[in-house]
Amino acid sequence: MANKTADSISRDEFFYGHKACAGCGGSLAVRAALKVLGPRAVSVLPAGCMSAVGFNFPQLCFSNNSIISTFAGTASMLTGVEAGLRAKGYKDFTAVGFAGDGGTADIGIQALSGAIDRNDNIIYICYDNEAYMNTGIQKSGLTPFGAKTTTTPAGKNIHGNIRPKKNMFEIAAAHGIPYAATASVGYINDFIAKVQKASQIQGTKYIHVIAPCPTGWGVPVDETVNIAREVVDSGLWYLAEYENGEFTLNHKPKQFTSVEEYLRKQGRFRHLSDEDIKIITDSRDKKWEYIGKSFNYK
Amino acid sequence: MKKFLSGNEAFAEGIRLARPEVISAYPITPQTIVVERLSEMVEDGSLKAEYVHVESEHSALSCAIGASAAGARAFTATSSQGLLYMAECLYYASGGRFPIVMMNADRSTALPWNIYGDQRDSLSQLDSGWIQAYAENAQEALDLALMSYKIAEDKRVSTPFMANLDGFVLTHTYETADIPEREQADRFLPPYETDNRMDFDNPKNMAFSAGPDYNYIFKYKEHEGILAARQVINETEKEFAEIFGRSYTGLVENYLTDDAEYIIVTLGSIAGLCRETADKLRSQGVKAGVLRIRYMRPFPNQEIAETLKNAKAYAVLEKDISFGNEGTVFTNVNSALKKADVNVKGYNYIGGLGGRNISSADIEKIFSDMENGAETVNFIGIGGENNG
Repeated sequence: MANKTADSISRDEFFYGHKACAGCGGSLAVRAALKVLGPRAVSVLPAGCMSAVGFNFPQLCFSNNSIISTFAGTASMLTGVEAGLRAKGYKDFTAVGFAGDGGTADIGIQALSGAIDRNDNIIYICYDNEAYMNTGIQKSGLTPFGAKTTTTPAGKNIHGNIRPKKNMFEIAAAHGIPYAATASVGYINDFIAKVQKASQIQGTKYIHVIAPCPTGWGVPVDETVNIAREVVDSGLWYLAEYENGEFTLNHKPKQFTSVEEYLRKQGRFRHLSDEDIKIITDSRDKKWEYIGKSFNYK
Repeated sequence: MKKFLSGNEAFAEGIRLARPEVISAYPITPQTIVVERLSEMVEDGSLKAEYVHVESEHSALSCAIGASAAGARAFTATSSQGLLYMAECLYYASGGRFPIVMMNADRSTALPWNIYGDQRDSLSQLDSGWIQAYAENAQEALDLALMSYKIAEDKRVSTPFMANLDGFVLTHTYETADIPEREQADRFLPPYETDNRMDFDNPKNMAFSAGPDYNYIFKYKEHEGILAARQVINETEKEFAEIFGRSYTGLVENYLTDDAEYIIVTLGSIAGLCRETADKLRSQGVKAGVLRIRYMRPFPNQEIAETLKNAKAYAVLEKDISFGNEGTVFTNVNSALKKADVNVKGYNYIGGLGGRNISSADIEKIFSDMENGAETVNFIGIGGENNG
């Protein structure tokens, strides 16, 4: 099957008429992924942004079979849906979960780990907007170092979040999962290709896609895609895959764009000191040193 | 076929006959033997089901909900801390009208830690929207397993079903039970058919949000569904008796209550000892009777009022306490009588917490207290306490 791209994916809409904020990166990820997977996708979404904006009876906006799970239960409900449909004799369908960063790395990590351990035949997509945005921008386990949220205020004593992001991609990989990948809505064709690839692999697939939230990040609503590119271009995020026990880097910026520029244009990082920015830059360099040693690159 | 087996094993045999299509399994004492036996049945091919090794009770029920939303018949089992851990999903399953069956091995809740039987776990979840049945013996447990799906899946009901077995006293006690033939079971319980499921020809958005106006209507419909189980339980038991030759008595089971002056109201396995004690007292001229509550939800308001209305006194014996008040079963029974304008003196006996034994002497004392008077709320082996 030819690789799908933003130009060749279905013109049909499966996530349409919802009330997500202008510039919502999460809704972009869900929309694109469902266009790749098509009408036989069965989606599970936990309580969170995407279910809050799309599932208000009687205005229901998924045109494929979809269900809200408990906040902690994306992966476990996905397991049940997949097993149930299989038990009823269905073969040609894709069970896909869309959970945010909090729903994945915090409250949902146990269920996700269980599903990967069982190697259930599901795709789990984490749309990472780096905080609990639905409840109004609180710190999650995937909020980056230095970010100001409503529970990590930036003051004189503490400059926002004091911990780095959990490494969910490698946590998923450490289970020996058949396929895991990182992506960004700023590199939509890469994301689309990874969703398509995941749909052709048997067992559990995990895709971690950066999906900016202009409201929470403090950027203009027409900057979502640009900022999602810039996080990759500056080296603070990377596009990679894990398959057959090996990590592969998909995209290597020839030269990183400015970390400071990336940070300073976002309201959530505007308070950072030069020293904070140095910590972030050093940690990026350390990460890329590790990637250089441990990841394949073709 | 008659077989000597434990309550857990009997329930597992009933579930095998009910042909669940997805089983989500997580171990917890004293429920574990159920999921062990079911795994063996899947292994030996006598049960064809997707057996999912979930990593927690929360996931056990979440998985069962997903399976039910896919249109599959789903089963899980739990106990005590596990039931509390999955509590969020209990409300989810009932609100979504998913007719999942779950066995709960009634067990004390921590702290202090204790693995033995009392009914504080399930009674704490009376408001979760599940049908709640309490079995007395292995045969009833097995038969409940079969009947539970027929009741839960009835379109008038569409409500999940919790079958409660007293931890150890029932789950681990061996008795002889009759295991029905496969052909009989299939005649009794047809495959699960529902519109409340995903459909590729007519895709659905399920488990949605509903604002204040609609939410209230959905909750009212949920109440109607569980109330409809009253009628459906009776119909189901009638059909069960026709096929299997064993009959049950609906929401309650009365013993020597027709002319009884003093009636113990209880639930679960302790009812057997209560009946034995009533027999003994009858031989001494005391008009003793026993009302066993078989279903706590839907609650047998009318049946209880009807049975107790001519008694001189009743005593609710329960392995439960709602701290700061009284036993929850007592609260429910009193409400039933008040609504029916029945004015009979009532007592509450709380005992058996953390598995402490309740003896026939304890039960004799309850009957003599009813004759002679006592505090309203009493703690067996500790004494009477006013309930404030």
